[in-house]
Amino acid sequence: MLSVEGLEAGYGTARVLFGVSLEVAPGQLMCVMGRNGVGKTTLLNTIMGVLPATAGSVTFDGRDVTRLRPHERVRLGMGYVPQGHETFPQLSVMGNLQVALEAAPHKDGGAVDEALEVFPGLKPLLKRPAGFLSGGQQQQLAMARALVARPRLLILDEPTEGIQPSIIIEIEETIERLHRAGLAMLLVEQYLDLALRLADRFVILDAGHVARSGPARELQGEDVHRLLAV
Amino acid sequence: MGGALNQLPIGLSIGAVLLLIALGLTFTFGQMGVINMAHGEFIMAGAYTAYLLQDVGFPIALPAAFLVAGLMGLALERVAIRHFYGRPLDTLLLTWGVSLVLQQAARDLFGAPNVQVVSPGWLRGSVGVLPYNRLFIMLLAALSVVAIWAYLNRSAPGRRMRAVMQNRGLAATTGIDTGRVDGLTFFIGSGLAGVAGVALTLIGPVGPTLGTYYIVDAFLVVVAGGLGQLKGAVLAAAGLGLLNSYAEFWTNASLAKVIVFVAIIGFLQFRPQGLFVLRSRALT
Ligand SMILES: Nc1ncnc2c1ncn2[C@@H]1O[C@H](COP(=O)(O)OP(=O)(O)OP(=O)(O)O)[C@@H](O)[C@H]1O
Ligand SMILES: [Mg+2]
Repeated sequence: MLSVEGLEAGYGTARVLFGVSLEVAPGQLMCVMGRNGVGKTTLLNTIMGVLPATAGSVTFDGRDVTRLRPHERVRLGMGYVPQGHETFPQLSVMGNLQVALEAAPHKDGGAVDEALEVFPGLKPLLKRPAGFLSGGQQQQLAMARALVARPRLLILDEPTEGIQPSIIIEIEETIERLHRAGLAMLLVEQYLDLALRLADRFVILDAGHVARSGPARELQGEDVHRLLAV
Repeated sequence: MGGALNQLPIGLSIGAVLLLIALGLTFTFGQMGVINMAHGEFIMAGAYTAYLLQDVGFPIALPAAFLVAGLMGLALERVAIRHFYGRPLDTLLLTWGVSLVLQQAARDLFGAPNVQVVSPGWLRGSVGVLPYNRLFIMLLAALSVVAIWAYLNRSAPGRRMRAVMQNRGLAATTGIDTGRVDGLTFFIGSGLAGVAGVALTLIGPVGPTLGTYYIVDAFLVVVAGGLGQLKGAVLAAAGLGLLNSYAEFWTNASLAKVIVFVAIIGFLQFRPQGLFVLRSRALT
């Protein structure tokens, strides 16, 4: 479904990714792990086209998307929830979902209701400006906004970072449910226990390289802990 | 005393023109961080469009000027500005150059001396101290503000524009073609400058440097009103228009400019972000 090959990217002259490769099969949940600053967000941003790839390729559904712009990738079925529960702060919660629907490849208004079924906690907040929501609510909105486009691959960057514990559980359960429903996901997650519960496969990044990869059950041992320790 | 009262419609109609000019500036600046020095020449282009079409009829001149100026803005964004995003200084120089080229082009096409557009008969006359032409300009600005408000708050492309203004990166990864939104924003903003140009033909002559008289004041409106803010722009434009006309009435034109500048600087001392603030990452 998603195939990343020898991907390199960086900021100006500073290179961050040094030839990263990974595969996400249909319906699979792939977890990207690694310490702060190893390049996880940079990897996702390059996969989405926010940052240009200086080498390597990104293939989605057999189609080379390496040179496509972000919105074109969204229209092909790639959904992205960036790090830091981002919203359009002065649009209402409904406005945030509407703007996503209007940019979606389909024009089915039912997608907004579906997204709200996934996050029923948003229903009483629809008229509220998104900037007034709590961090956890903003994260739910961010995920709902991505779901409105009905992506076939959902890319999530640390969806539980800096969020109140009660909502972390909700978000984790939602990811599990979406996964069971057959949605392929690429998830950046720092916490080993969470990754172990959710993932089918994993890659661990270290300084812009893939240091380890494999099925989730191999996510253990001395070297894994060393690669993830802060 | 009657003299002082006469200044009221003058000040308000100048404020209305400034508002039309500032709306375009505030959106292109708020959304793209672009300071477009050629914006004044879109006013001039709108005014000359009205000059060319004065025999065809004023109601045709308005949309035509919107279209002409809008397309010029769109072309400028597509051909040049687009390639300089994130480089405000280069953009400033570039658009300044374009502004000089456009002024020279106007001189070549229409001659250096000012020309006069004959106002339509139904705009001559007045109710009390309120001349019809100035009343018309105020209504035109009011109508434009309502239209812009409805566009931003009630339409899909307007919602996209607000999304891009509030968080450009997120807009792109939400599926919005931000380049297209930028082009449309430039088209509308420049078109409004063209409409302002038509309004100016009702109260004065048209010349190649018409835009330069108003562009500085329009920038002041943007700064004082708060970037990307409709409400702020309306209040700041009315305030600046009135301040200008009364300062000019009680002193003289040059001293009036000094008074306006001092007032704005004083205002920004205790309200550095303008009347209203758009809390947005796109602007920081
Ligand atoms: N906009 C930027 N400009 C320059 N350097 C950057 C930028 N963003 C990130 N970096 C650098 O790139 C490297 C990788 O950053 P990245 O955000 O991808 O890490 P990360 O693995 O997502 O970290 P975290 O777990 O903290 O989110 C870091 O060294 C960081 O300092
Ligand atoms: Mg990160």
